[in-house]
Amino acid sequence: MATADNSPTRDFVAGDRQGRARRVMLGLVALLLVTSTLSLGIGASGVSLWSVLGQIARAEAVAPREALILFDIRAPRLALGLLVGAALAVSGAVMQGLFRNPLADPGLVGVGAGAGLGAITAIVLGGLLPLALQDVVGFYLVPLAAFLGGWLTTLFLYRISTSRGRTSVAVMLLGGIALGALAGAVSGVLIYMADDAQLRDLTFWGLGSLAGATWDKVLVAGPLIALVLVVTPFLAQSLNALALGEGPAAHLGIPVQRMKTISILTVAGATGAAVAVSGGIGFVGIVVPHLLRILTGPDHRYLLPNAALLGAALLVGADMIARSVIAPAELPIGIVTATLGGPFFLWILLRNRSLLDL
Amino acid sequence: MLSATDIHADLAGTPILRGVSLTARPGQITMIVGPNGSGKTTLLRALTQDLPYRGRVLLDGADIAALPGWELATRRAVLPQASRIAFPFTVLEIVRLGLIAAATPAPGHRASEALARVGLAGFEGRFYQDLSGGEQQRAQLARVLAQVWDPVGPDGARWLFLDEPVASLDIGHQLEVMEIMADYARAGGGVVAVMHDLNLTAIHADQVLLMQDGRCLAAGPPAAVFTDAILSAAYGCTVRVNATPPAPATFVLPHMARRAG
Ligand SMILES: Nc1ncnc2c1ncn2[C@@H]1O[C@H](COP(=O)(O)OP(=O)(O)O)[C@@H](O)[C@H]1O
Ligand SMILES: [Mg+2]
Repeated sequence: MATADNSPTRDFVAGDRQGRARRVMLGLVALLLVTSTLSLGIGASGVSLWSVLGQIARAEAVAPREALILFDIRAPRLALGLLVGAALAVSGAVMQGLFRNPLADPGLVGVGAGAGLGAITAIVLGGLLPLALQDVVGFYLVPLAAFLGGWLTTLFLYRISTSRGRTSVAVMLLGGIALGALAGAVSGVLIYMADDAQLRDLTFWGLGSLAGATWDKVLVAGPLIALVLVVTPFLAQSLNALALGEGPAAHLGIPVQRMKTISILTVAGATGAAVAVSGGIGFVGIVVPHLLRILTGPDHRYLLPNAALLGAALLVGADMIARSVIAPAELPIGIVTATLGGPFFLWILLRNRSLLDL
Repeated sequence: MLSATDIHADLAGTPILRGVSLTARPGQITMIVGPNGSGKTTLLRALTQDLPYRGRVLLDGADIAALPGWELATRRAVLPQASRIAFPFTVLEIVRLGLIAAATPAPGHRASEALARVGLAGFEGRFYQDLSGGEQQRAQLARVLAQVWDPVGPDGARWLFLDEPVASLDIGHQLEVMEIMADYARAGGGVVAVMHDLNLTAIHADQVLLMQDGRCLAAGPPAAVFTDAILSAAYGCTVRVNATPPAPATFVLPHMARRAG
């Protein structure tokens, strides 16, 4: 049993799931490559990925229509799906670690609604900002506002549900419902105030869809989500320690206050970016981390990267379903994830009722 | 040496600690006893900065309020009174969390070693949630031991702060845990423990602090603190030390118990 904690180990130590987590990670990378390739190859236009790749390989000019469909429609859609899927799953996992409960999902407890309110405010009232400021923030206004909305909601939720280092699940869930309803009401007022052009923006956005993905949108969401994905590995051990409680985590030398602040910013950043470009896509943040915890355990050093991989693969897969069920029309992807995620969520609840009694 | 001077602490606006001082030396076991609600847990939490306090706590001469958390974590480990864990970790994964704080990377078998030390050899693959209360408590003790495994480090003694480490254990495992504490102190480490059982305290403590109502009622070696008068005053009932019942009666004293093997 003399093996170092972090080196790949050949001899088996009971209770050590790191090896399995690494194998699952490889599997998820493969899954992600397969779904991404399929997603590039499938579409209403019938353009074949292979014929385009063949043209490129033979150094022929790619037919303009095919090039347009592949590089300006399918590729940005794939990129957006990957980014949003990873963001939703990771923000779910981080939030669950922070609240020490597998039911804490940004979509479920009002953070998504808060981010949505931020985005709607930016769309409807953004025109009122001084022109100079509009120039500065440019098309980052909507994601920034969504981030701000998500951040304030998460911060407030943590404040009300945690006292003396203990998080109350009841307060978190009920407070989340209240915050979500409040954000929804204010959003409704804003939508009522919107003019026709803004309304078109809003409907498009509110569907929870990857339709209309452009490279611009990828550029809007990409940096924030990339930042989050870079930061989360540094949170992993802190979130592991936090599972013992705030006091014990501090005794392990974790700067608890700082890691909580970073976690909250991380959740808000990922949720805000995802909501800003795709509306509210539910259940990815709760289903993906839960599945991975069952499979490889709650160690965040593996849970967070694996959640990013599985979330990305899942969303790209769901998007393919959304595009092909009623082709050539398409379903909003939110409907697909809710159809898959709703029953799964109920299953989590029924399988483990004690989660609510914390 | 751990020295706390004139510690005051309030909880929810009520003063709970009203000027407690305590000195604990490495190489010794210092035990805190007192009736329920007398502030034992609160004192331990103040000594480990779990709650805001007034007064000064020096660890080997340095004010703990001025030491960074990561450095304190290499020098002391804390066992809370009750622990509940959020996610389905295995026992091995829980014990390995103690190694996060280690200044130098611990050998890979350290977690299993710590589990064996608390009598949980072979429990690595079990889920923490599935353990009994006493087993969970010992698994947490293994995590705490793994954190400060060597009782003396290059920069001085290591410290264990334990809140009722034997509270839900049977007599055999109580002896086992008392032995761990004694070994740790004998090897040069410091041990500060909140205790419930007066007999075990009398046997194992080098120094006792008897608390009542947020104050120190008496302090010193067990023989000096555990007198009829002091204990009767502290616990609000008539207590007689070192007396056996006049009529034939059954009693089981840890004094007369030995660990098997
Ligand atoms: N969070 C809290 N808020 C208010 N009072 C508390 C809190 N925790 C403990 N107390 C009170 O402080 C007193 C001392 O508690 P504690 O230190 O836990 O006692 P014990 O000596 O049994 O460990 C008790 O009267 C308890 O009711
Ligand atoms: Mg207590």
